[in-house]
Amino acid sequence: MVHPGLFTDGDPPALLGSRCAACGASHFPRHDTCPYCAVPEPEATELSGAGTLWAWTAVTAPPPGYEGETPYGMGVVELPEGIRLITRLTVSDPAALAPGQAMELRVVPLHTDGAGNEVVTFAFAPAGAP
Amino acid sequence: MSGVVVSGVGMHPFGRFEGVSTTDLGVSAVRAALAEAGVGRGGFQAAFCATAYGGVATGHKVLSRLGMTGMPIVDVEAGCASGGAALMLAAGAIRAGQYDTVLVFGTEKMPRGIIRSSFFETWQEEAGLAATPAFFGLRAQRLSMTSGVTKQHLAQVVVKNRRQGATNTDAMFQKEVSVEEVLASRVVCEPLHLFMLCSPNEGAAAVVLTSADGRVKSPSAPVTLAAAVLRSHLPGAVLSESTPLSGLTDDTVPSPTTLAARAAFEEAGLGPADLHVVECQDTDAARELLSYEEIGLCGRGAAADLLDSGATNLGGRLPVNPSGGLLSKGEPLGASALGQVVELARQLRGECGSRQVGGAKTALAHTVGRGANASVVILTR
Repeated sequence: MVHPGLFTDGDPPALLGSRCAACGASHFPRHDTCPYCAVPEPEATELSGAGTLWAWTAVTAPPPGYEGETPYGMGVVELPEGIRLITRLTVSDPAALAPGQAMELRVVPLHTDGAGNEVVTFAFAPAGAP
Repeated sequence: MSGVVVSGVGMHPFGRFEGVSTTDLGVSAVRAALAEAGVGRGGFQAAFCATAYGGVATGHKVLSRLGMTGMPIVDVEAGCASGGAALMLAAGAIRAGQYDTVLVFGTEKMPRGIIRSSFFETWQEEAGLAATPAFFGLRAQRLSMTSGVTKQHLAQVVVKNRRQGATNTDAMFQKEVSVEEVLASRVVCEPLHLFMLCSPNEGAAAVVLTSADGRVKSPSAPVTLAAAVLRSHLPGAVLSESTPLSGLTDDTVPSPTTLAARAAFEEAGLGPADLHVVECQDTDAARELLSYEEIGLCGRGAAADLLDSGATNLGGRLPVNPSGGLLSKGEPLGASALGQVVELARQLRGECGSRQVGGAKTALAHTVGRGANASVVILTR
């Protein structure tokens, strides 16, 4: 897992966010203070794993600190909680995606670390894609 | 912000300079600005140095080399808006009566390639989510979805700025490009091609600010600093320069650029219709068009129309980036905002030769970047 506390690796997986009881806004990742209204201790939640595609592109050259394959997809997915998420996409061809397309959460391999362990992260895939 | 005048400007060209240090670059720009202002050792009571990658005490190193220390020397970092932040601090101190004359400069040598910054968490880099051009690409795509901006428009911004920068000897790229050449450059992150992105690079710029009251009488009207404003982001916009991992589905949250522009217009007692020339953040071609909307040069969704009208070309109603912008000059973070101010001070003084905006009396400079920080500076003459 690329970083603890971001997502669960179950079937299905889930992103770990929180929701502020005071203003009602959800956010990801979890914070100890609501970024929108500064009220402390928002409630920990699991975010919906289904959303729609709001924006997308592909990264064609490895950015600093990245050891995985290129190109890879990156985009913004809108969730029913009323939030938009920055996420990797499993599709790296921008022409293969469409606005508003149904997407679902996956856990995907990133690269193998120095100790030989596979590092995984969260990504969104077109709903129902193999 | 009446009462503060620009009494001297100086610049080291933006580009790549092997064997020239961050200190060397700063010394060159500071010397030129002090000479123009007629200010020597002991002639300024404080100095603010804008830099993001310069390291500890960058401003000190520059002024030590010039034998001009003893006064407060403060390094200022606010991402792409660092120079605007330094200018705001200096102008505020003069206006408050704390100082009579303040030196403001920015100097930078950026690492090559995609900007790496300590801003992102290590895991974000490892996951490939610290890909700065991807954020630009996503923003460009949204702009095209919401306001009819096409790839052709993005290419036209590059063509315009490279044409305007072709005669700017302070620019990194002094060569025009065609729409075809822009679209033939490789795709970095759809819809952005390589030529639509500015190059991080090296350079320095310096400005001497003086209280209008204490100013030595000069025969010509001085350039007045009418406003210098810095603002940070409000949470909510997922594609904000603050690069959060989540945002809201609320599209009404004002951007830091809008917040800064509104405050600067109020401070100056002016509005967008009063402007004669603008230098704005064109980190990528879409950013320039988005800046038109966020500053208020046009209505929401009208940026492509404004570009198509030719208004923002040299010779148009409101030329934008007559210097060639960052797309021609490149972007040394700490120096870029002050580089805009140097250009606009020269524009208002009528010193810009073939890229002069005729009769320019009111000018606006805008930056926005990491943080998210945005600065808006208004100059008048």
